[in-house]
Amino acid sequence: MIDAMFGTNFADGAQRIISFQSRSPVFDIIAERMPQTLWVVGMSYVVGVLIALPIGIISAYKQYSIFDQIGTLISMIGFSVPTFFTGVLLIVIFSTMVPLDSIFWLPSIYDTTHEVTDWESFKFQMRQMAMPVFVLALFNAAQISRYMRASMLDNLGQDYVRTARAKGMTEKIVVLKHVLRNSMIPVITVIALGVPQVFGGAIITEQVFKVNGLGQLLITAIQGSDIPMVMTLTFMFAILIVLFNLIADVLYGVLDPRIRYD
Amino acid sequence: MPDGALPVLDVKDLKTVFKTRGGEVHAVNDVSFSLKPGELLGVVGESGSGKSVTMMSLIGLLPSPPAEVRNGTVMFDGDDLLNVDAARMRDIRGGDIGFVFQDPMTSLNPVFTVGMQIAEPLRKHMGMNKKAARARAVELLELVGIPDAERRLDDYPHQFSGGMRQRVMIAIALACDPKVLIADEPTTALDVTIQAQILELMKELRTKLGMAVIWITHDLGVIAGIADRVIVMYGGQIVEHAPVADLFADPQHPYTQALLTTIPSVSGERSKRLTIIEGQPPILGAAPTLCPFRDRCNKRVEICERMMPQRYPVSGQHDAACFHADPGIPKEKAVGHAG
Repeated sequence: MIDAMFGTNFADGAQRIISFQSRSPVFDIIAERMPQTLWVVGMSYVVGVLIALPIGIISAYKQYSIFDQIGTLISMIGFSVPTFFTGVLLIVIFSTMVPLDSIFWLPSIYDTTHEVTDWESFKFQMRQMAMPVFVLALFNAAQISRYMRASMLDNLGQDYVRTARAKGMTEKIVVLKHVLRNSMIPVITVIALGVPQVFGGAIITEQVFKVNGLGQLLITAIQGSDIPMVMTLTFMFAILIVLFNLIADVLYGVLDPRIRYD
Repeated sequence: MPDGALPVLDVKDLKTVFKTRGGEVHAVNDVSFSLKPGELLGVVGESGSGKSVTMMSLIGLLPSPPAEVRNGTVMFDGDDLLNVDAARMRDIRGGDIGFVFQDPMTSLNPVFTVGMQIAEPLRKHMGMNKKAARARAVELLELVGIPDAERRLDDYPHQFSGGMRQRVMIAIALACDPKVLIADEPTTALDVTIQAQILELMKELRTKLGMAVIWITHDLGVIAGIADRVIVMYGGQIVEHAPVADLFADPQHPYTQALLTTIPSVSGERSKRLTIIEGQPPILGAAPTLCPFRDRCNKRVEICERMMPQRYPVSGQHDAACFHADPGIPKEKAVGHAG
């Protein structure tokens, strides 16, 4: 199907793009690898954003409070400690130090062939995703919560916040409606621009947890001089980056009436 | 101005302090004044004299920290506003006391429509539904003189000019028929023609709606045109308080006198340089124990270095915080020590 979309299908008599390494069409391989990446990296991005937004909001509203200080420390750690370190650290703790029969034991190797069919297999899927998702979510949350905090702080000092208070609005409405709507404008852009990276996979984390996603595919293709594969992947990333830049720009207009084009 | 009516707002010994890294700043010191129903009280003073901080202290709009209201009572509608709980305070803000801020360009939320921003206090304080609030918002916009109100409700603040935005701010402040409207330099950010329009509008609305207004400004010309009574503030204190005619005809405090001489005249000979008051306003690092204007005063006498002047009555509603207005000190003697 993908081949047909891009005119690279064999049936039309056109030349298929064949991987040098495996001699199979690159789109087939990519389609095979995509679900793992989207599950693990995508989930970590969603989790990261969901954690980051409330942390950013509370940190800014209670600036210099203990919550803010701890949040700042954790995001500093999350941002500066590389994922290959946190990943291995988690493996050491949850896969070796924790006994095998404990409910806290987590598998260190991601089983790609695992299929979710019932509740038990779903639980196993969650367990094997837990560590890579946590490692990546920490990194994403660290970054986005800082953006959120800075943006909230910018807006909390604005005159319209005082106006909202002078109108007798509750703090909840002032912060979660008036301030948040304004603060989301730059943050949404950052979040949207981060989405292509999800498709790009997380090269290092995928290596650590043996998730054979797109990141790992790219690395092995580069190592094996698999030019068609590398070209296809990089071209795909390029398209995604342009696409999400466009989406970010459109979202900007949706959120901010001042730059709407009507 | 109805005389002898019970004040709608009665402020006594208000004291507000800002805690900063460099120590405390005593922004408002023992300010007392009252406001009668339907009256327009002008508050003048230069930047940093505590005008805005006083009014924001009244309704708890100052961010705390760093601000802290240390002392005083603010009686409004049988409640002391400094001691009411947060929920009651929110009912009063925007409901019984409206507030118009200085800069209309930044005082409206850029991402919400004007209609929504006017409807917000209506729905909260008057319990209106969406439709009723919208109908009232149209009325309000027409009241403040915005043409084509129905359609303009769906516009965003950036689609309005500065003067229009200030009209919208006034509409928001008036939304719930407040008893008191506090206008914090509402015309400062506007050019003179728009300023005149807003002044006319406020005069008209005040007679139409019968509310009391506190008008903060540093423009004495505006005060002369609009106020019933005037408070002159300096260094976080009230230095003179008088009916508007008395203040311009017979200013008692040297600061007021100096202020009046600084107004450039349109007619008459044009002087080369504008008259100024020498020196800088005081830095309010500690609670004042002496007259704050002492250092810049050209009528300073020996007693100014020892004691703090009280507010001495001059006539019926006129008082001034200066030893020259103290009937206990003979005038000639006091002036004799000037230097």
